[in-house]
Amino acid sequence: MTEQSWQDGVYAALKAAGVAQIGYVPDAGHARLIERAHADNDMTAVVLTTEEEGIALSAGAWLGGQRSALLMQSSGVGNCINMLSLPINCRMPFFTIITMRGEWGEFNPWQVPMGSATEAVLKAAGVHVRRADRADEVVDMVAASAKFAFDSCIPVAVLLSQRLIGAKVWVK
Amino acid sequence: MALDRRAVVAELLRDPADAPGGEMLVVTGLGSSTYDAGAAGDRPENFYLWGAMGGAAMIGLGLAIAQPARRVLVITGDGEALMGMGALSTIAAKRLPNLAVVVLDNAQFGETGHQASHTGLGTDLAAVAAGCGWANTCTVTAWEDIPALRARVRQEAVFAVVKISAAEVPRFLPIRDGTRLTARFRDALGLPVD
Repeated sequence: MTEQSWQDGVYAALKAAGVAQIGYVPDAGHARLIERAHADNDMTAVVLTTEEEGIALSAGAWLGGQRSALLMQSSGVGNCINMLSLPINCRMPFFTIITMRGEWGEFNPWQVPMGSATEAVLKAAGVHVRRADRADEVVDMVAASAKFAFDSCIPVAVLLSQRLIGAKVWVK
Repeated sequence: MALDRRAVVAELLRDPADAPGGEMLVVTGLGSSTYDAGAAGDRPENFYLWGAMGGAAMIGLGLAIAQPARRVLVITGDGEALMGMGALSTIAAKRLPNLAVVVLDNAQFGETGHQASHTGLGTDLAAVAAGCGWANTCTVTAWEDIPALRARVRQEAVFAVVKISAAEVPRFLPIRDGTRLTARFRDALGLPVD
């Protein structure tokens, strides 16, 4: 499965889950989803200045009867922790797809501390975490995890491993 | 003389059903803004934050996108607004017509012992919002201008700073259970709660 085809599959899964708002802090691994969201008249794409804004956006969407998803990179998880008290305390769904850095052929050491802590930090904060390592599992995992989040009203994160999305290529 | 916060919020929220589209949807920021809105009259369309500091305006954005026919008003304090200052850029970029933000500015972190906040140390939040791209911003210092602000938040995407007195007001503690606040808010909009 090519990168573009599984990313299009992920977008279709978000649409099938009824997602109408997508907040994002850009990441190369999410580029296709962001492009699709902006091209879709039935989707509101919201570029954020920092990741915790996306949690509050999701809460507002839910209060108003829409479903929202947050796209971010593992480094952004550290910005989110206190804001996670919002969906957890209010028993709202929260769904995020996180591209991993700092774990597979990483060139930039600054990505490693947060990348190493991402899963543990999310779990400690009360988020259910799923992880996709292979292209052939990612679409189903996103579909099932989005359903899990929205139907059970819980916070769920899907991590897309750096092996799956490909290590960023740096050229000196 | 700086304005009384309770009187300001009571006037902004007077007759909330007369907003275009019906009952105004109100999100309040952690701290005294939540108490002010509760004291003005509890209603299911008030969503009070007791935490998630910095999130009030972004909740307003998600809500305003989801409910384009309703007016959404965020009422928060200077401390809460400062913590989520990036949201002013995020919201301005979406150019929604139905979201207004009012910051009650006493230049203090009132909840934690009245420490001076940045708005007393040089930050002009209305100027920040204008710099972020908000087309309509204002700073209100006189009671005579509050009725006009009440009208504006029902019609415009306005970002307003209201300079308020730092004097203590009686405690009023509205509902703080998040599940109940969420359920009654959605119920009031006719959305399923289960």
